[in-house]
Amino acid sequence: MRELRIHGRGGQGSVTAAELIAVAAFEGGVFSQAFPAFGVERRGAPVQAFVRFDDKMIRKRSQIYEPDYIIVQDSTLIKDVNVFLGVKKGGIVIVNTEKAPDYKVPDGVKLITIDATSIALKVIGLPITNTSLMGAFAAATGEIKFSALENALRHRFPKELAEKNIEAARQAFETVKRAA
Amino acid sequence: MLEITEGSLAVAEAVRLCRPQVIAAYPITPQTHIVEALADMVANCKLDADYITVESEFSALSACLGASAAGSRTYSATTSQGLALMFEVCFNVAGMRLPIIMTIANRALGAPLSIWNDQQDSISLRDSGWLQFYAEDNQEATDLHYIAYRVCEDPAVALPAFVCFDGFILSHTYEPVEQLNQADVDKYLPKFAPKERLDAADPISFGMYATPEYYHEFRYAHDKALKDSAAVIKKAGEEFKKLFGRDYGAMVEGYLLDDAETVIVAMGSICGTTKDAIDEMRATGKKVGLLKVRVFRPFPSEELSKALAGAKRIAVLDKNISLGSKGALALEIRDALYGSRVSVFGYIIGLGGRDVRKKDIKEIVALAEKGQGDIFYGLRKEVL
Repeated sequence: MRELRIHGRGGQGSVTAAELIAVAAFEGGVFSQAFPAFGVERRGAPVQAFVRFDDKMIRKRSQIYEPDYIIVQDSTLIKDVNVFLGVKKGGIVIVNTEKAPDYKVPDGVKLITIDATSIALKVIGLPITNTSLMGAFAAATGEIKFSALENALRHRFPKELAEKNIEAARQAFETVKRAA
Repeated sequence: MLEITEGSLAVAEAVRLCRPQVIAAYPITPQTHIVEALADMVANCKLDADYITVESEFSALSACLGASAAGSRTYSATTSQGLALMFEVCFNVAGMRLPIIMTIANRALGAPLSIWNDQQDSISLRDSGWLQFYAEDNQEATDLHYIAYRVCEDPAVALPAFVCFDGFILSHTYEPVEQLNQADVDKYLPKFAPKERLDAADPISFGMYATPEYYHEFRYAHDKALKDSAAVIKKAGEEFKKLFGRDYGAMVEGYLLDDAETVIVAMGSICGTTKDAIDEMRATGKKVGLLKVRVFRPFPSEELSKALAGAKRIAVLDKNISLGSKGALALEIRDALYGSRVSVFGYIIGLGGRDVRKKDIKEIVALAEKGQGDIFYGLRKEVL
Protein backbone atom coordinates (compact mmCIF):
# COMPACT_ATOMS: atom_id res chain seq x y z
CA MET A 1 0.00 0.00 0.00
CA ARG A 2 1.20 3.51 -0.80
CA GLU A 3 -0.08 6.57 1.00
CA LEU A 4 -0.31 10.26 0.12
CA ARG A 5 -0.87 13.16 2.51
CA ILE A 6 -1.84 16.56 1.15
CA HIS A 7 -1.27 19.69 3.21
CA GLY A 8 -3.01 22.88 2.19
CA ARG A 9 -5.12 25.74 3.43
CA GLY A 10 -8.93 25.77 3.42
CA GLY A 11 -10.09 26.88 -0.04
CA GLN A 12 -7.11 25.54 -1.99
CA GLY A 13 -8.91 22.36 -2.98
CA SER A 14 -6.88 19.78 -1.05
CA VAL A 15 -9.92 17.55 -0.52
CA THR A 16 -10.88 17.79 -4.20
CA ALA A 17 -7.28 16.94 -5.16
CA ALA A 18 -7.35 13.84 -2.95
CA GLU A 19 -10.69 12.73 -4.42
CA LEU A 20 -9.62 13.24 -8.02
CA ILE A 21 -6.27 11.50 -7.52
CA ALA A 22 -8.18 8.54 -6.05
CA VAL A 23 -10.60 8.57 -8.99
CA ALA A 24 -7.72 8.67 -11.49
CA ALA A 25 -5.84 5.89 -9.69
CA PHE A 26 -8.98 3.72 -9.68
CA GLU A 27 -9.33 4.22 -13.45
CA GLY A 28 -5.80 2.84 -13.72
CA GLY A 29 -6.87 -0.40 -12.02
CA VAL A 30 -5.69 0.46 -8.51
CA PHE A 31 -7.90 0.25 -5.42
CA SER A 32 -7.86 3.71 -3.91
CA GLN A 33 -9.36 5.52 -0.96
CA ALA A 34 -9.51 9.29 -0.38
CA PHE A 35 -10.71 11.15 2.67
CA PRO A 36 -10.32 14.55 4.33
CA ALA A 37 -8.91 15.25 7.79
CA PHE A 38 -12.47 15.87 8.95
CA GLY A 39 -11.93 19.48 9.96
CA VAL A 40 -14.34 22.37 10.16
CA GLU A 41 -13.62 23.90 6.77
CA ARG A 42 -12.44 27.49 7.10
CA ARG A 43 -10.75 29.45 4.37
CA GLY A 44 -7.03 29.78 5.09
CA ALA A 45 -6.82 27.31 7.98
CA PRO A 46 -4.34 24.42 7.62
CA VAL A 47 -6.12 21.32 6.25
CA GLN A 48 -5.08 17.81 5.32
CA ALA A 49 -6.45 15.25 2.92
CA PHE A 50 -5.34 11.67 2.35
CA VAL A 51 -5.17 9.06 -0.42
CA ARG A 52 -4.29 5.36 -0.21
CA PHE A 53 -3.36 3.15 -3.18
CA ASP A 54 -3.29 -0.66 -3.06
CA ASP A 55 -3.78 -3.72 -5.23
CA LYS A 56 -6.69 -4.87 -3.05
CA MET A 57 -9.65 -3.27 -1.27
CA ILE A 58 -8.42 -0.95 1.47
CA ARG A 59 -9.84 -1.62 4.93
CA LYS A 60 -7.73 0.70 7.06
CA ARG A 61 -9.52 3.90 8.13
CA SER A 62 -6.98 5.75 10.26
CA GLN A 63 -5.33 8.96 9.13
CA ILE A 64 -1.97 8.79 7.39
CA TYR A 65 1.09 9.13 9.63
CA GLU A 66 3.84 7.56 7.50
CA PRO A 67 3.15 8.68 3.93
CA ASP A 68 5.09 7.64 0.83
CA TYR A 69 4.14 10.92 -0.80
CA ILE A 70 3.42 14.42 0.47
CA ILE A 71 2.00 17.39 -1.42
CA VAL A 72 2.34 20.83 0.17
CA GLN A 73 0.05 23.31 -1.54
CA ASP A 74 1.33 26.34 0.35
CA SER A 75 4.97 26.57 1.41
CA THR A 76 4.13 29.10 4.16
CA LEU A 77 2.65 26.11 6.04
CA ILE A 78 6.12 24.65 6.49
CA LYS A 79 7.02 27.03 9.33
CA ASP A 80 3.74 26.36 11.23
CA VAL A 81 3.04 22.67 10.61
CA ASN A 82 5.53 19.78 10.52
CA VAL A 83 4.33 18.81 7.05
CA PHE A 84 7.16 16.31 6.50
CA LEU A 85 6.39 14.36 9.69
CA GLY A 86 6.61 10.61 9.23
CA VAL A 87 7.46 10.59 5.51
CA LYS A 88 9.01 7.25 4.52
CA LYS A 89 12.58 6.82 3.32
CA GLY A 90 12.49 6.81 -0.48
CA GLY A 91 9.39 8.98 -0.36
CA ILE A 92 8.61 12.00 -2.52
CA VAL A 93 7.64 15.47 -1.30
CA ILE A 94 6.14 17.98 -3.74
CA VAL A 95 6.09 21.60 -2.57
CA ASN A 96 4.37 24.47 -4.34
CA THR A 97 6.81 27.36 -4.18
CA GLU A 98 8.56 29.82 -6.45
CA LYS A 99 11.53 30.07 -4.07
CA ALA A 100 14.60 27.97 -3.48
CA PRO A 101 13.88 25.87 -0.38
CA ASP A 102 15.12 27.21 2.97
CA TYR A 103 14.00 23.99 4.70
CA LYS A 104 15.20 20.41 4.55
CA VAL A 105 13.24 17.25 3.90
CA PRO A 106 14.30 14.17 5.89
CA ASP A 107 17.26 12.10 4.61
CA GLY A 108 16.47 9.74 1.75
CA VAL A 109 13.38 11.73 0.72
CA LYS A 110 13.16 13.38 -2.69
CA LEU A 111 12.04 17.00 -2.79
CA ILE A 112 10.37 18.40 -5.89
CA THR A 113 9.47 22.08 -5.97
CA ILE A 114 7.13 23.56 -8.52
CA ASP A 115 5.67 27.02 -8.93
CA ALA A 116 2.09 25.83 -9.18
CA THR A 117 0.72 29.23 -8.15
CA SER A 118 2.20 30.93 -11.22
CA ILE A 119 0.89 28.15 -13.48
CA ALA A 120 -2.58 28.41 -11.94
CA LEU A 121 -2.65 32.23 -12.19
CA LYS A 122 -1.51 32.13 -15.79
CA VAL A 123 -3.76 29.32 -17.02
CA ILE A 124 -6.84 29.42 -14.76
CA GLY A 125 -6.62 33.04 -13.64
CA LEU A 126 -6.98 32.06 -9.97
CA PRO A 127 -4.37 30.94 -7.41
CA ILE A 128 -6.06 27.53 -7.07
CA THR A 129 -3.11 25.17 -7.20
CA ASN A 130 -4.62 21.76 -6.63
CA THR A 131 -4.95 20.72 -10.27
CA SER A 132 -1.39 21.79 -11.16
CA LEU A 133 -0.11 19.79 -8.21
CA MET A 134 -2.10 16.76 -9.36
CA GLY A 135 -0.22 16.99 -12.65
CA ALA A 136 3.08 17.25 -10.77
CA PHE A 137 2.09 14.25 -8.63
CA ALA A 138 1.30 12.17 -11.73
CA ALA A 139 4.70 13.02 -13.23
CA ALA A 140 6.69 12.52 -10.04
CA THR A 141 5.17 9.27 -8.79
CA GLY A 142 3.58 7.46 -11.73
CA GLU A 143 0.70 6.48 -9.40
CA ILE A 144 -1.79 7.98 -11.85
CA LYS A 145 -1.76 8.34 -15.63
CA PHE A 146 -2.17 11.83 -17.01
CA SER A 147 -5.04 10.65 -19.24
CA ALA A 148 -6.89 9.33 -16.16
CA LEU A 149 -6.40 12.68 -14.45
CA GLU A 150 -7.85 14.40 -17.51
CA ASN A 151 -10.91 12.14 -17.36
CA ALA A 152 -11.37 12.79 -13.66
CA LEU A 153 -11.21 16.56 -14.17
CA ARG A 154 -13.62 16.45 -17.13
CA HIS A 155 -16.04 14.41 -15.07
CA ARG A 156 -15.90 16.81 -12.10
CA PHE A 157 -15.92 20.30 -13.69
CA PRO A 158 -17.96 22.08 -16.39
CA LYS A 159 -16.25 21.95 -19.79
CA GLU A 160 -14.45 25.30 -19.90
CA LEU A 161 -13.22 25.08 -16.31
CA ALA A 162 -12.16 21.45 -16.84
CA GLU A 163 -10.08 22.34 -19.91
CA LYS A 164 -8.31 25.17 -18.06
CA ASN A 165 -7.51 22.90 -15.15
CA ILE A 166 -6.30 20.16 -17.47
CA GLU A 167 -3.98 22.68 -19.14
CA ALA A 168 -2.62 23.77 -15.73
CA ALA A 169 -2.11 20.13 -14.76
CA ARG A 170 -0.39 19.45 -18.09
CA GLN A 171 2.06 22.34 -17.67
CA ALA A 172 2.97 21.15 -14.17
CA PHE A 173 3.22 17.55 -15.40
CA GLU A 174 5.61 18.57 -18.18
CA THR A 175 7.68 20.83 -15.91
CA VAL A 176 8.28 17.95 -13.49
CA LYS A 177 8.96 15.48 -16.32
CA ARG A 178 11.52 17.88 -17.85
CA ALA A 179 13.30 18.39 -14.53
CA ALA A 180 13.54 14.63 -13.89
CA MET B 1 -19.35 -2.84 -11.76
CA LEU B 2 -17.21 -1.14 -9.16
CA GLU B 3 -17.26 2.65 -9.26
CA ILE B 4 -15.33 5.01 -7.06
CA THR B 5 -17.53 7.51 -5.27
CA GLU B 6 -18.09 9.28 -1.98
CA GLY B 7 -19.86 7.25 0.70
CA SER B 8 -22.71 9.75 1.01
CA LEU B 9 -23.28 9.72 -2.75
CA ALA B 10 -23.22 5.92 -2.85
CA VAL B 11 -25.87 5.84 -0.12
CA ALA B 12 -27.98 8.48 -1.91
CA GLU B 13 -27.84 6.40 -5.10
CA ALA B 14 -28.94 3.27 -3.21
CA VAL B 15 -31.81 5.22 -1.68
CA ARG B 16 -32.83 6.45 -5.15
CA LEU B 17 -32.88 2.86 -6.41
CA CYS B 18 -35.16 1.92 -3.49
CA ARG B 19 -37.76 4.32 -4.99
CA PRO B 20 -38.80 6.22 -1.86
CA GLN B 21 -42.00 8.16 -2.47
CA VAL B 22 -41.53 10.74 0.29
CA ILE B 23 -38.26 12.13 1.63
CA ALA B 24 -38.10 14.65 4.45
CA ALA B 25 -34.79 15.63 5.99
CA TYR B 26 -32.94 18.55 7.50
CA PRO B 27 -29.26 19.00 6.62
CA ILE B 28 -26.69 18.47 9.37
CA THR B 29 -22.96 17.67 9.16
CA PRO B 30 -21.83 15.00 8.24
CA GLN B 31 -25.14 13.77 6.79
CA THR B 32 -25.69 16.74 4.46
CA HIS B 33 -24.21 15.30 1.24
CA ILE B 34 -26.78 12.48 1.25
CA VAL B 35 -29.86 14.69 1.39
CA GLU B 36 -28.34 17.29 -0.94
CA ALA B 37 -27.79 14.57 -3.52
CA LEU B 38 -31.36 13.28 -3.08
CA ALA B 39 -32.82 16.80 -3.36
CA ASP B 40 -30.85 17.21 -6.58
CA MET B 41 -32.20 13.91 -7.96
CA VAL B 42 -35.79 14.92 -7.17
CA ALA B 43 -35.30 18.41 -8.68
CA ASN B 44 -33.81 16.90 -11.86
CA CYS B 45 -36.50 14.21 -12.25
CA LYS B 46 -34.06 11.37 -11.59
CA LEU B 47 -36.18 10.33 -8.62
CA ASP B 48 -39.97 10.49 -8.60
CA ALA B 49 -40.50 11.44 -4.96
CA ASP B 50 -41.93 14.26 -2.89
CA TYR B 51 -39.03 15.97 -1.13
CA ILE B 52 -40.48 17.88 1.81
CA THR B 53 -38.28 20.71 3.05
CA VAL B 54 -38.76 21.30 6.77
CA GLU B 55 -37.45 23.63 9.46
CA SER B 56 -36.10 20.99 11.85
CA GLU B 57 -35.37 17.31 12.31
CA PHE B 58 -38.46 17.02 14.51
CA SER B 59 -40.56 18.08 11.51
CA ALA B 60 -38.57 15.93 9.11
CA LEU B 61 -39.36 12.71 10.91
CA SER B 62 -42.92 13.87 11.66
CA ALA B 63 -43.49 14.39 7.93
CA CYS B 64 -42.11 10.91 7.28
CA LEU B 65 -44.40 9.51 9.96
CA GLY B 66 -47.50 10.91 8.28
CA ALA B 67 -46.39 9.86 4.81
CA SER B 68 -45.55 6.34 5.95
CA ALA B 69 -48.87 5.98 7.75
CA ALA B 70 -50.56 7.00 4.48
CA GLY B 71 -48.79 4.10 2.78
CA SER B 72 -45.72 5.72 1.18
CA ARG B 73 -42.20 4.38 1.21
CA THR B 74 -40.36 7.08 3.13
CA TYR B 75 -36.76 8.01 3.87
CA SER B 76 -34.84 10.39 6.06
CA ALA B 77 -31.24 10.86 7.20
CA THR B 78 -29.71 12.61 10.16
CA THR B 79 -27.01 12.49 12.82
CA SER B 80 -26.11 13.58 16.35
CA GLN B 81 -28.14 16.57 17.63
CA GLY B 82 -30.54 16.09 14.72
CA LEU B 83 -31.35 12.60 15.91
CA ALA B 84 -31.62 13.88 19.47
CA LEU B 85 -34.25 16.36 18.30
CA MET B 86 -36.19 13.45 16.75
CA PHE B 87 -36.24 11.50 20.02
CA GLU B 88 -39.98 11.76 20.62
CA VAL B 89 -40.89 11.08 16.99
CA CYS B 90 -38.58 8.04 16.89
CA PHE B 91 -40.61 6.34 19.61
CA ASN B 92 -43.85 7.25 17.86
CA VAL B 93 -42.71 5.95 14.48
CA ALA B 94 -41.66 2.63 16.00
CA GLY B 95 -44.76 2.33 18.18
CA MET B 96 -46.99 2.94 15.16
CA ARG B 97 -45.00 0.21 13.38
CA LEU B 98 -44.03 2.39 10.42
CA PRO B 99 -41.15 1.04 8.29
CA ILE B 100 -39.27 4.31 7.77
CA ILE B 101 -35.60 3.89 6.86
CA MET B 102 -33.23 6.53 8.18
CA THR B 103 -29.52 6.76 7.50
CA ILE B 104 -27.46 7.86 10.49
CA ALA B 105 -24.04 9.34 9.63
CA ASN B 106 -22.80 8.61 13.15
CA ARG B 107 -21.50 11.62 15.07
CA ALA B 108 -20.79 12.52 18.69
CA LEU B 109 -23.37 14.32 20.83
CA GLY B 110 -22.78 17.70 22.52
CA ALA B 111 -21.93 19.30 24.77
CA PRO B 112 -19.08 19.95 24.16
CA LEU B 113 -19.92 20.43 20.49
CA SER B 114 -18.29 17.89 18.21
CA ILE B 115 -18.97 17.31 14.55
CA TRP B 116 -16.76 14.22 14.54
CA ASN B 117 -17.54 10.56 14.63
CA ASP B 118 -18.57 8.22 17.37
CA GLN B 119 -21.73 6.15 17.73
CA GLN B 120 -23.31 7.83 20.74
CA ASP B 121 -26.21 9.20 18.67
CA SER B 122 -27.77 5.98 17.39
CA ILE B 123 -26.78 4.02 20.50
CA SER B 124 -28.68 6.56 22.61
CA LEU B 125 -31.83 5.56 20.67
CA ARG B 126 -31.26 1.85 21.23
CA ASP B 127 -34.44 1.57 23.31
CA SER B 128 -36.67 3.29 20.76
CA GLY B 129 -37.74 0.08 19.02
CA TRP B 130 -35.98 0.64 15.66
CA LEU B 131 -33.75 -1.93 14.01
CA GLN B 132 -30.11 -0.80 13.97
CA PHE B 133 -27.64 -1.82 11.26
CA TYR B 134 -23.94 -0.77 11.34
CA ALA B 135 -21.75 -0.68 8.22
CA GLU B 136 -18.04 -1.41 8.06
CA ASP B 137 -17.46 0.17 4.64
CA ASN B 138 -19.38 2.03 1.97
CA GLN B 139 -20.31 -1.15 0.10
CA GLU B 140 -22.04 -2.44 3.19
CA ALA B 141 -23.57 0.97 3.96
CA THR B 142 -25.06 0.99 0.47
CA ASP B 143 -26.33 -2.60 0.49
CA LEU B 144 -27.84 -2.35 3.96
CA HIS B 145 -30.42 0.13 2.65
CA TYR B 146 -31.92 -2.55 0.37
CA ILE B 147 -31.86 -5.07 3.19
CA ALA B 148 -33.42 -2.57 5.61
CA TYR B 149 -36.38 -1.72 3.35
CA ARG B 150 -36.93 -5.37 2.52
CA VAL B 151 -36.91 -6.44 6.17
CA CYS B 152 -38.79 -3.52 7.66
CA GLU B 153 -41.64 -3.51 5.13
CA ASP B 154 -42.24 -7.21 5.67
CA PRO B 155 -45.70 -7.24 7.31
CA ALA B 156 -44.37 -9.56 10.02
CA VAL B 157 -41.84 -6.89 11.02
CA ALA B 158 -43.43 -3.49 10.22
CA LEU B 159 -40.76 -1.53 12.06
CA PRO B 160 -38.37 1.31 11.20
CA ALA B 161 -34.57 1.00 10.90
CA PHE B 162 -31.45 3.07 11.26
CA VAL B 163 -28.74 2.29 8.76
CA CYS B 164 -25.66 3.61 10.57
CA PHE B 165 -22.34 4.46 8.95
CA ASP B 166 -19.55 6.39 10.58
CA GLY B 167 -19.72 10.12 9.88
CA PHE B 168 -16.78 11.48 7.86
CA ILE B 169 -14.85 8.20 8.17
CA LEU B 170 -17.27 6.60 5.70
CA SER B 171 -19.63 9.37 4.65
CA HIS B 172 -16.83 11.55 3.25
CA THR B 173 -14.56 8.79 1.95
CA TYR B 174 -14.13 8.03 -1.73
CA GLU B 175 -13.74 4.31 -2.33
CA PRO B 176 -14.96 1.70 -4.80
CA VAL B 177 -18.58 0.62 -4.42
CA GLU B 178 -20.65 -1.68 -6.59
CA GLN B 179 -24.10 -0.26 -7.26
CA LEU B 180 -27.07 -2.36 -8.21
CA ASN B 181 -29.25 -1.45 -11.17
CA GLN B 182 -32.92 -0.53 -11.04
CA ALA B 183 -34.21 -3.80 -12.50
CA ASP B 184 -32.30 -5.82 -9.89
CA VAL B 185 -33.45 -3.62 -7.02
CA ASP B 186 -37.05 -3.85 -8.24
CA LYS B 187 -36.69 -7.62 -8.24
CA TYR B 188 -35.40 -7.63 -4.67
CA LEU B 189 -37.63 -4.92 -3.25
CA PRO B 190 -41.33 -5.24 -4.05
CA LYS B 191 -43.65 -2.23 -3.85
CA PHE B 192 -44.52 -1.13 -0.31
CA ALA B 193 -47.88 -2.71 0.49
CA PRO B 194 -48.67 -2.13 4.18
CA LYS B 195 -51.44 -4.14 5.83
CA GLU B 196 -52.84 -0.98 7.42
CA ARG B 197 -52.70 2.59 6.16
CA LEU B 198 -54.51 5.88 6.48
CA ASP B 199 -57.27 5.87 3.91
CA ALA B 200 -60.18 8.34 3.86
CA ALA B 201 -62.43 5.65 2.36
CA ASP B 202 -61.68 3.22 5.17
CA PRO B 203 -60.66 5.28 8.17
CA ILE B 204 -58.44 3.85 10.92
CA SER B 205 -56.27 5.51 13.58
CA PHE B 206 -52.55 5.26 14.28
CA GLY B 207 -50.95 5.96 17.64
CA MET B 208 -54.09 6.33 19.71
CA TYR B 209 -53.73 6.17 23.45
CA ALA B 210 -53.53 2.82 25.16
CA THR B 211 -54.95 2.44 28.64
CA PRO B 212 -53.18 0.32 31.27
CA GLU B 213 -55.28 -2.63 30.07
CA TYR B 214 -53.52 -2.53 26.67
CA TYR B 215 -50.22 -0.62 26.81
CA HIS B 216 -48.25 -3.47 28.41
CA GLU B 217 -49.28 -5.83 25.59
CA PHE B 218 -48.48 -3.23 22.91
CA ARG B 219 -44.93 -3.11 24.23
CA TYR B 220 -44.74 -6.91 24.32
CA ALA B 221 -45.90 -7.15 20.71
CA HIS B 222 -43.39 -4.48 19.64
CA ASP B 223 -40.53 -6.25 21.42
CA LYS B 224 -41.55 -9.60 19.95
CA ALA B 225 -41.72 -8.19 16.43
CA LEU B 226 -38.26 -6.67 16.84
CA LYS B 227 -36.82 -9.93 18.16
CA ASP B 228 -38.58 -11.99 15.48
CA SER B 229 -37.16 -9.70 12.78
CA ALA B 230 -33.91 -11.66 13.19
CA ALA B 231 -35.33 -14.47 11.05
CA VAL B 232 -36.49 -12.00 8.40
CA ILE B 233 -33.04 -10.35 8.33
CA LYS B 234 -31.46 -13.76 7.82
CA LYS B 235 -33.80 -14.56 4.92
CA ALA B 236 -33.40 -11.12 3.32
CA GLY B 237 -29.62 -11.40 3.61
CA GLU B 238 -29.57 -14.86 2.08
CA GLU B 239 -31.73 -13.78 -0.83
CA PHE B 240 -29.50 -10.74 -1.37
CA LYS B 241 -26.53 -13.10 -1.55
CA LYS B 242 -28.28 -15.33 -4.06
CA LEU B 243 -29.03 -12.39 -6.33
CA PHE B 244 -26.00 -10.15 -5.89
CA GLY B 245 -23.28 -12.27 -4.26
CA ARG B 246 -22.62 -10.28 -1.11
CA ASP B 247 -23.56 -12.04 2.10
CA TYR B 248 -25.55 -10.28 4.84
CA GLY B 249 -27.37 -13.35 6.09
CA ALA B 250 -25.73 -13.26 9.52
CA MET B 251 -26.13 -10.47 12.06
CA VAL B 252 -22.53 -10.97 13.20
CA GLU B 253 -19.53 -11.73 11.03
CA GLY B 254 -16.31 -13.45 12.11
CA TYR B 255 -12.79 -12.71 10.90
CA LEU B 256 -10.14 -15.37 11.69
CA LEU B 257 -12.27 -16.56 14.59
CA ASP B 258 -11.75 -20.32 14.44
CA ASP B 259 -8.65 -20.65 16.61
CA ALA B 260 -8.71 -17.14 18.11
CA GLU B 261 -7.84 -16.87 21.79
CA THR B 262 -8.50 -13.14 21.96
CA VAL B 263 -11.56 -11.94 20.07
CA ILE B 264 -12.20 -8.27 19.44
CA VAL B 265 -15.88 -7.34 19.11
CA ALA B 266 -16.72 -4.08 17.34
CA MET B 267 -19.23 -2.26 15.13
CA GLY B 268 -18.78 -0.01 12.10
CA SER B 269 -15.73 1.26 10.27
CA ILE B 270 -13.34 0.44 13.11
CA CYS B 271 -13.65 -3.19 11.98
CA GLY B 272 -11.58 -2.48 8.84
CA THR B 273 -8.59 -1.10 10.72
CA THR B 274 -9.00 -3.93 13.23
CA LYS B 275 -8.76 -6.57 10.46
CA ASP B 276 -5.49 -5.06 9.22
CA ALA B 277 -4.14 -5.02 12.79
CA ILE B 278 -5.21 -8.67 13.24
CA ASP B 279 -3.34 -9.70 10.07
CA GLU B 280 -0.17 -8.15 11.50
CA MET B 281 -0.67 -9.77 14.91
CA ARG B 282 -1.34 -13.13 13.26
CA ALA B 283 1.94 -12.80 11.36
CA THR B 284 3.71 -12.67 14.73
CA GLY B 285 1.85 -15.77 15.95
CA LYS B 286 -0.84 -14.10 18.06
CA LYS B 287 -4.18 -15.86 17.83
CA VAL B 288 -6.50 -12.89 17.48
CA GLY B 289 -9.82 -12.61 15.67
CA LEU B 290 -12.68 -10.18 15.15
CA LEU B 291 -16.40 -10.53 15.58
CA LYS B 292 -18.15 -7.73 13.76
CA VAL B 293 -21.64 -6.88 14.98
CA ARG B 294 -23.66 -5.74 11.96
CA VAL B 295 -27.05 -5.71 13.65
CA PHE B 296 -27.28 -4.14 17.10
CA ARG B 297 -31.09 -4.23 17.28
CA PRO B 298 -32.43 -6.82 17.46
CA PHE B 299 -29.37 -7.83 19.48
CA PRO B 300 -27.98 -11.12 18.11
CA SER B 301 -27.31 -12.73 21.50
CA GLU B 302 -27.58 -16.30 20.26
CA GLU B 303 -25.40 -15.91 17.14
CA LEU B 304 -22.91 -13.99 19.21
CA SER B 305 -22.56 -16.48 22.05
CA LYS B 306 -22.15 -19.28 19.50
CA ALA B 307 -19.46 -17.35 17.61
CA LEU B 308 -17.60 -16.48 20.82
CA ALA B 309 -17.79 -19.95 22.37
CA GLY B 310 -14.13 -20.83 21.70
CA ALA B 311 -12.58 -17.57 22.87
CA LYS B 312 -10.42 -17.19 25.99
CA ARG B 313 -10.99 -13.47 26.31
CA ILE B 314 -13.04 -10.86 24.55
CA ALA B 315 -12.10 -7.23 23.99
CA VAL B 316 -15.13 -5.10 23.17
CA LEU B 317 -14.62 -1.76 21.41
CA ASP B 318 -17.33 0.80 22.14
CA LYS B 319 -17.52 4.14 20.34
CA ASN B 320 -20.13 5.15 22.89
CA ILE B 321 -20.50 5.26 26.65
CA SER B 322 -23.54 4.86 28.85
CA LEU B 323 -22.20 7.50 31.25
CA GLY B 324 -22.11 6.20 34.79
CA SER B 325 -21.98 2.64 33.48
CA LYS B 326 -20.16 1.11 30.49
CA GLY B 327 -20.12 0.88 26.72
CA ALA B 328 -23.40 -0.35 25.25
CA LEU B 329 -21.88 -3.20 23.27
CA ALA B 330 -19.82 -4.49 26.22
CA LEU B 331 -22.93 -4.55 28.41
CA GLU B 332 -24.88 -6.52 25.81
CA ILE B 333 -22.06 -9.00 25.33
CA ARG B 334 -21.69 -9.62 29.06
CA ASP B 335 -25.42 -10.30 29.16
CA ALA B 336 -25.27 -12.63 26.15
CA LEU B 337 -22.37 -14.58 27.70
CA TYR B 338 -23.72 -14.67 31.25
CA GLY B 339 -22.79 -17.97 32.85
CA SER B 340 -19.86 -18.68 30.52
CA ARG B 341 -16.29 -18.51 31.83
CA VAL B 342 -14.92 -16.25 29.15
CA SER B 343 -13.58 -12.85 30.33
CA VAL B 344 -15.09 -9.77 28.71
CA PHE B 345 -13.10 -6.51 28.73
CA GLY B 346 -14.62 -3.25 27.53
CA TYR B 347 -12.74 -0.35 25.95
CA ILE B 348 -14.24 3.06 25.23
CA ILE B 349 -12.43 4.24 22.12
CA GLY B 350 -12.51 6.87 19.39
CA LEU B 351 -15.00 9.27 20.95
CA GLY B 352 -15.61 12.58 19.18
CA GLY B 353 -13.42 11.64 16.21
CA ARG B 354 -10.28 10.51 18.06
CA ASP B 355 -8.37 8.58 15.39
CA VAL B 356 -8.05 4.82 15.87
CA ARG B 357 -4.90 3.22 14.48
CA LYS B 358 -3.67 -0.35 14.11
CA LYS B 359 -1.30 0.21 17.04
CA ASP B 360 -4.29 1.09 19.25
CA ILE B 361 -5.94 -2.23 18.42
CA LYS B 362 -2.69 -4.08 19.21
CA GLU B 363 -2.37 -2.24 22.50
CA ILE B 364 -5.94 -3.16 23.43
CA VAL B 365 -5.22 -6.83 22.74
CA ALA B 366 -2.16 -6.53 25.02
CA LEU B 367 -4.30 -4.92 27.73
CA ALA B 368 -6.90 -7.70 27.45
CA GLU B 369 -4.16 -10.31 27.76
CA LYS B 370 -3.06 -8.61 30.98
CA GLY B 371 -6.65 -8.60 32.21
CA GLN B 372 -7.01 -4.83 32.10
CA GLY B 373 -10.30 -3.60 30.75
CA ASP B 374 -13.40 -1.51 31.37
CA ILE B 375 -11.43 1.64 30.69
CA PHE B 376 -11.40 4.71 28.51
CA TYR B 377 -8.61 3.77 26.11
CA GLY B 378 -5.91 6.26 25.15
CA LEU B 379 -6.67 9.08 27.57
CA ARG B 380 -4.38 12.11 27.22
CA LYS B 381 -3.39 12.43 30.87
CA GLU B 382 -1.88 15.89 30.26
CA VAL B 383 -5.30 17.44 29.60
CA LEU B 384 -7.12 15.84 32.53
